[in-house]
Amino acid sequence: MKNKINVVISEETLSIDTVYQDVHDELCGGICLFVGTVRNKNKGKNVTHLDFETYTPMALKEMNKIGQRAVDQYDIQHISIFHRSGYVGIKDIAVIIAVSSIHRDACFQACQFAIDTLKETVPIWKKEHLDDGSYWVGARP
Amino acid sequence: MINIKYFGIAKEIVGNDVAFIESSTISVADLRQRMNEQYKAFKQIKGYMVAVNQEYAIDSQIINADDEVAIIPPVSGG
Repeated sequence: MKNKINVVISEETLSIDTVYQDVHDELCGGICLFVGTVRNKNKGKNVTHLDFETYTPMALKEMNKIGQRAVDQYDIQHISIFHRSGYVGIKDIAVIIAVSSIHRDACFQACQFAIDTLKETVPIWKKEHLDDGSYWVGARP
Repeated sequence: MINIKYFGIAKEIVGNDVAFIESSTISVADLRQRMNEQYKAFKQIKGYMVAVNQEYAIDSQIINADDEVAIIPPVSGG
């Protein structure tokens, strides 16, 4: 069966089950899910929520490239990458990556590759809102 | 005229999510120089990439009037 790559940017709450079902396949013996959630502290400060800004058409292209590279480099079946935009509260899900493969090693490795690369290349920006202000994460030296 | 999109901290510095520069063609390197002169606060950013037609561009790439250009400050998704 052909590899499937699916990428989504959504303003709505992300569903783990949707992304899981997206990569589910009778050929596969394993599915690896990475779920990125919003924590309430960063560097000792209280975080109230995050705001994600996206350059959506380019972000989707870059997410697709990650999916294609994952398929090329690892022996996986399917990969789906879902990312939030807009307001994301504490404990809410910011990103879900699901990878299915016949054997487990490939999906673990591809999932790690996908989240690491997403953080480096996909044009999405996180504004962290604190008790006492807000700032764009990683923007300043 | 070249249309430029700004995101994240770059959008805050420019005060708008889109702005034009008066030029019909310009290299990425020259665009960077113009940006840095026009918006001094760009020096406070930990660098930025330039995207042309939704692809990361290198400094020698030439931008034409109809291209979609974006200033990409350090990304922080995930």
